[in-house]
Amino acid sequence: MGYTEEELKKELETKEYEYGFYTDIESDTFPVGLNEDIVRAISRKKEEPEWMTEWRVEAFRAWEQMIEPEWANVTYKKPDFQNISYYSAPKKKDKYNSLDEVDPELLETFNKLGISLDEQKKLAGVAIDVVMDSVSVATTFKKTLAEKGIIFCSISEAIKEHPELVKKYIGSVVPQKDNFYAALNSAVFSDGSFCYIPKGVRCPMELSTYFRINEAGTGQFERTLVIADKGSYVSYLEGCTAPMRDENQLHAAVVELIALDDAEIKYSTVQNWFPGGKDGKGGVYNFVTKRGLCETNAKISWTQVETGSAITWKYPSCVLKGDNSVGEFYSIAVTNNYQQADTGTKMIHLGKNTKSTIISKGISAGKSQNSYRGLVQVNSRAENARNFSQCDSLLMGNNCGAHTFPYIEAKNKTAQIEHEATTSKIGEDQIFYCNQRGIDTEKAIALIVNGFSKEVLNKLPMEFAVEAQKLLEISLEGSVG
Amino acid sequence: MELKDKLVSSFFAYEGNGLDVHSPIHDICSDAIKKFDKKGFPTKKEEAWKYTSLNAVLKQNYNLYPKGDTGLEFKDVMRYFIHEIDSYKIAFVDGRYSSNLSATSHDGLDVCLMSSALSKPKYRIIIENYFNKVANTEDSLTALNTAFLKEGAFINIPKGKVVDKPIQILHFSTGKEPALMLQPRNLIVVGENAHVQIIERHQSLTDNPVLTNSVTEIFANKQAIVDYYKIQNDKQSASLIDNTYISQKRNSHAFVHTFSLGGNLTRNNLNFYHKDEHLDSTLKGITIIGDKQHVDHHTLVNHAYPNCESHQDYKGIFGDRSTGVFNGKVIVEKEAQKTNAFQQNNNILLDDKATINTKPQLEIFADDVKCSHGCTVGQLDEDALFYLRSRGIPAKEAKALLMYAFANNVLESVKIPEVKARINKLIAKKLGVNLGFEL
Repeated sequence: MGYTEEELKKELETKEYEYGFYTDIESDTFPVGLNEDIVRAISRKKEEPEWMTEWRVEAFRAWEQMIEPEWANVTYKKPDFQNISYYSAPKKKDKYNSLDEVDPELLETFNKLGISLDEQKKLAGVAIDVVMDSVSVATTFKKTLAEKGIIFCSISEAIKEHPELVKKYIGSVVPQKDNFYAALNSAVFSDGSFCYIPKGVRCPMELSTYFRINEAGTGQFERTLVIADKGSYVSYLEGCTAPMRDENQLHAAVVELIALDDAEIKYSTVQNWFPGGKDGKGGVYNFVTKRGLCETNAKISWTQVETGSAITWKYPSCVLKGDNSVGEFYSIAVTNNYQQADTGTKMIHLGKNTKSTIISKGISAGKSQNSYRGLVQVNSRAENARNFSQCDSLLMGNNCGAHTFPYIEAKNKTAQIEHEATTSKIGEDQIFYCNQRGIDTEKAIALIVNGFSKEVLNKLPMEFAVEAQKLLEISLEGSVG
Repeated sequence: MELKDKLVSSFFAYEGNGLDVHSPIHDICSDAIKKFDKKGFPTKKEEAWKYTSLNAVLKQNYNLYPKGDTGLEFKDVMRYFIHEIDSYKIAFVDGRYSSNLSATSHDGLDVCLMSSALSKPKYRIIIENYFNKVANTEDSLTALNTAFLKEGAFINIPKGKVVDKPIQILHFSTGKEPALMLQPRNLIVVGENAHVQIIERHQSLTDNPVLTNSVTEIFANKQAIVDYYKIQNDKQSASLIDNTYISQKRNSHAFVHTFSLGGNLTRNNLNFYHKDEHLDSTLKGITIIGDKQHVDHHTLVNHAYPNCESHQDYKGIFGDRSTGVFNGKVIVEKEAQKTNAFQQNNNILLDDKATINTKPQLEIFADDVKCSHGCTVGQLDEDALFYLRSRGIPAKEAKALLMYAFANNVLESVKIPEVKARINKLIAKKLGVNLGFEL
């Protein structure tokens, strides 16, 4: 007897969110609501210098004047910004010196997630900065990195210890007033990661941040700042999860990448926030602003695997400012049940001979909506700009939707831009072919989806590729249309 | 006074069109002006008008009610007709019907005027069933046109009738008024198994500014074939907002070709609505502009039923400081399984100041479909140019030849040879070459 579609569907529906547990750690949470006092209180709490406080307040004032954007192809109940606690940190006595001092329950959390800090430290050779409820709780491998002159720490630490770097670059790519959520983040961000790679240094290991929202009724607002100085290279990984909850949690992060001359940054994300129950209840609202700036000959490559979140609203972008700079965007977005994703990228060509590549794969199943929204802009001085975009969508079942909104704006006659998009479903003949060779339907789908996503999966660092593949399988098995 | 206020107040002052206030049409017009009053002219803040600003066009002090006949002779304007062939003609001069330029008919089909269709009782059923039924009543420009409903072409092809010759609809503006706003409203009903070919053109005869806000509703009933050509090669003082709505029934075929070669600002809103299965829609266009011209193609194909097809192919060549916009939207609804929808938009930028903004958009809710879109922006191939020049073809001709080749896909599907020849001539003139042969 074969594995019938019904069985597959059932299994998929009952597949629980694997990371949905709640860690009972005493945490330090601010009263709900947002006003200037809260912003100042956060800054005080973080023992920040005066300029940082003022920077936040400025952002907050701008935010108050802004209205929530509505242009994205998603529908949701708008979060009540006065009903969120803007600061929640696992209660800490002092700064941890080693992992042993970390709350054992917190460690247990990481174990459950398969991110044993200790083990990872030894085996994988990945330096991790863990951000839980927006506060960085542990950074591993700091010493090894310090030898090379690499700074990898939480952003609050960086504000205290490397203010000149932070001051120079924070807000330089994503200004405080960039958009509604970026302004909110700028005002209230509680922590995040900071990374600086000195001139000519090739970071010897993958750097990684791990985000988790734990506390109920809190928003997570982290801020990541990665600076690759001239001729350096870094590969940066980011992972996210959240426990299962009925209410919607808000995640509004800002990521800024700065690649100076000849530098290269590779930024990979595996986003697996809680997507909401199969009835569409709960889930994380993921409203993220990610942008990178490329100077001459620099390269920024975004790779993302988006499987979680009830609502995703995310456009990792590249500003190709320097001549000969390169921007890349590789994305897999999977939506199931009632998830909605509106994601894509922006490639702004300013310099001469700039190149960009966009490969986006959208897979929608269940009752989900998956949109690609991308902008390729070639300014009048960007001679010989080149762009190639490809967005493919795979639909499973007829209750879901796949949408493409590519914007192409060319103001230079030497620009060469290509865009192509296709939408299809998994062919019955493809499945039949597999079946015929003794591969059951479930495996066949995994195989086909894997093949469909291969171009993007290939771009992920090894450790992530495995996790991403697993995530794809979990999210999709059996949704054959 | 701003144009919007002028329009609204003049509607109430003249009750728009002088129709009987008790007729149902009057209610439609009153509702429409309310809608327009509420929404106003679209601005760049609206997604659909992101790349096209009407501000400059709306600044003119347009006359809304031009004075009587201008005594235009056929020989003065013959060159704007496809005069090589016999055809039915409906001509308007400054928004008024011109009988000496027209050749209408009531013999086995109706090729006549909107005003007579509205007033004659024998057309009441048709007006009730079709008028304003496919037009998007939420669209402010369409609502504005509806409010000022007065004149336009009315074409009614009965069941089984294959129209023996093409129908030409021409709108002339004479420049008698310093600035003129025209709002023609056309209704075309094509019966079962009927077949019709229509050519439409807007032409300004002087350099006085003209703004045309035209709405055309086309109904293709079962197995009907509608073949529609829009020739846009107007003066640089003339702006055109063309709203076309097509409703298709089972097994019908609708083809719309748009040739945008002139004008100041041209906005084409071309909308196809599928009302049954097994039908197809074809949308093709060639845009060749220069100077500071602006052409915006906004297309919508709404696939609501299974087993339908749509084909879109738009080519654009932009020189000088011109701006091109293409926004193609394909919606495949949940029920529309086995849909095949193709969309292609290719653009060439000739000069540094030329701009193209393109957004081929797909919204798909059904899984068993084949949908694709492709879009390119580039320039003429250096190697191909070199090849031609090395064989003794001068640069200008070589470039023109390549541009011809680029646009040829679209031209090939033109079914009236005389129209094809005319477009060829217009393109050659636009490119400033004489190739000595026709493609």
